[in-house]
Amino acid sequence: MAQKKFNALPGFGLTLGFTLFYLTALVLIPFAALIIRSCELSWADFWRLATSERALASYRLTFGASLAAAIANAIFGTLLAWVLVRYEFPGRRLIDAMVDFPFALPTAVAGLTLADLFAANGWLGKYLVPLGIKGAYTPLGVVIALTFVGMPFVVRTLQPVLQNLEREVEEAAATLGAGRLRTFATVIAPSLMPAVITGFALAFARAIGEYGSIVFISGNQPFKTEIAPYLIFIRLEEWDYTGAISLAVVLLVFSFVLLGVINLLEQWASKFQQ
Amino acid sequence: MASATKFRWRADRRPSQRGTEEPRAVKWALIVVALAFCAVFLLLPLINVFAQALSKGWTYYWDSLADPDSWAAIRLTLLVAGISVPLNVLFGLAAAWAIAKFDFRGKSMLITLIDLPFSVSPVVAGLMFVVLFGLQGFFGGWLDAHDIKIIFAVPGIVLATVFVTFPFVARELIPVMQATGTEQEQAALTLGANGWQTFWYVTLPSVKWGLLYGIILCNARAMGEFGAVSVVSGHIAGQTDTMPLRVEKLYNEYNAAAAFALASLLALLAILTLAIKTFLEWQQTRAYDRAQRPDPDK
Repeated sequence: MAQKKFNALPGFGLTLGFTLFYLTALVLIPFAALIIRSCELSWADFWRLATSERALASYRLTFGASLAAAIANAIFGTLLAWVLVRYEFPGRRLIDAMVDFPFALPTAVAGLTLADLFAANGWLGKYLVPLGIKGAYTPLGVVIALTFVGMPFVVRTLQPVLQNLEREVEEAAATLGAGRLRTFATVIAPSLMPAVITGFALAFARAIGEYGSIVFISGNQPFKTEIAPYLIFIRLEEWDYTGAISLAVVLLVFSFVLLGVINLLEQWASKFQQ
Repeated sequence: MASATKFRWRADRRPSQRGTEEPRAVKWALIVVALAFCAVFLLLPLINVFAQALSKGWTYYWDSLADPDSWAAIRLTLLVAGISVPLNVLFGLAAAWAIAKFDFRGKSMLITLIDLPFSVSPVVAGLMFVVLFGLQGFFGGWLDAHDIKIIFAVPGIVLATVFVTFPFVARELIPVMQATGTEQEQAALTLGANGWQTFWYVTLPSVKWGLLYGIILCNARAMGEFGAVSVVSGHIAGQTDTMPLRVEKLYNEYNAAAAFALASLLALLAILTLAIKTFLEWQQTRAYDRAQRPDPDK
């Protein structure tokens, strides 16, 4: 303490003490409780519960739909960010503000309204269902809900990067005879890539844990449209604690691996920026 | 010399960008695709909420909101947000003060732990509290013996809500407090202010916009949380149903118009949140621009 730079501000002990107490009581203890309970399970039991046929089907849907939604977000998010940063058009500022709408709208409301829009008699379903595109109560519905929920991530990570992009580099490419498409592919795209991948990973991570918006639109049929978080909920309703905990551990491990990857990606992306 | 080049630059203010701009047709095609995407994923879902809510007329709308169970859900949501948001504000202020104004070992570890709830699925978050306080949980027996209800009661809903909204205020405040530094607080203390006065009159005013930003995001999530609350609530009509849970129940009872009526209130909350957020961001860029502008006296 003595060698440290002198700091006359008061309240360090009080605020840090309160922070640690609050963090421990509300986050760390609940977390530890789940981990301890999962450690009480034998490995064989855990494996049996975590890899039942129904659980495997739910992982496939959760990961598959999250991946599809994150890819859709990477493509449309990049397009949207580009249009918002580079072009002037009526309503640009309104749309820019509305990009965060999926963050502000409660997920239950999102699920409710999307399910209604894509149902056979909904505003969009009316035209899409006769074409064979069923958006409600199908795996496609899960992808639609997850695309909505993850939409802001790619746009918001990409926008500042696009704004800071130096136009001179593009001018240089143009004077050297590159067409616009070639400039985009060889000059612009590589410098956007780290941000797009980071946004993609964030949207993917969010989609894995999503629950509220999906329960409305998916129909929650076992083996078909049942996501992993919903199966946890079902296990709890059946008072099957160990079953719920095993599934939760699988989701947690996956989230943390993804979190580590995102941290690495962000470091890589910030190196790229300099 | 310098002024001459400056002048010439001014005369030619907007240089041709023909080399670095897409052909008009491509540009407008991109804009149309982007707008179509926004229409399907942002605008239509929003309009649909209000259209469906009013599909059976205003009388039905008001009646479904005045239904005792729905009204109880609205009150419960306000109560839960009213408890959990101030708690997280208090925590956010304390955490930001400790992290931004002092140096200590393990700081980055602490920041990572504060962000932890964001990477946990809401259902798993709810499960944690069931494991802790549920009947088969660690404290379940003791709580049952003393007739204290946490799970399937309001305290559990508050705990789950606090957990999922935990990082919002802290993570907004930490960078803002770090950016303002400690010189102003040091000056106030030197001039004889005590710790609380320094906090109230120096620190708080300088971070007020960041704080407000954190509060509205925290509040929006607290009122709209579904997964975590759904696990711990027990879905007792009129008692432990929050607004989002009541929306689900009405929808499952095939009362879509009433479900949408309640959902429309949550959608209004989202619009209000976005409006305040946009205003705060605009305020911030304006303050930044003003700070960037060169001093005319120099």
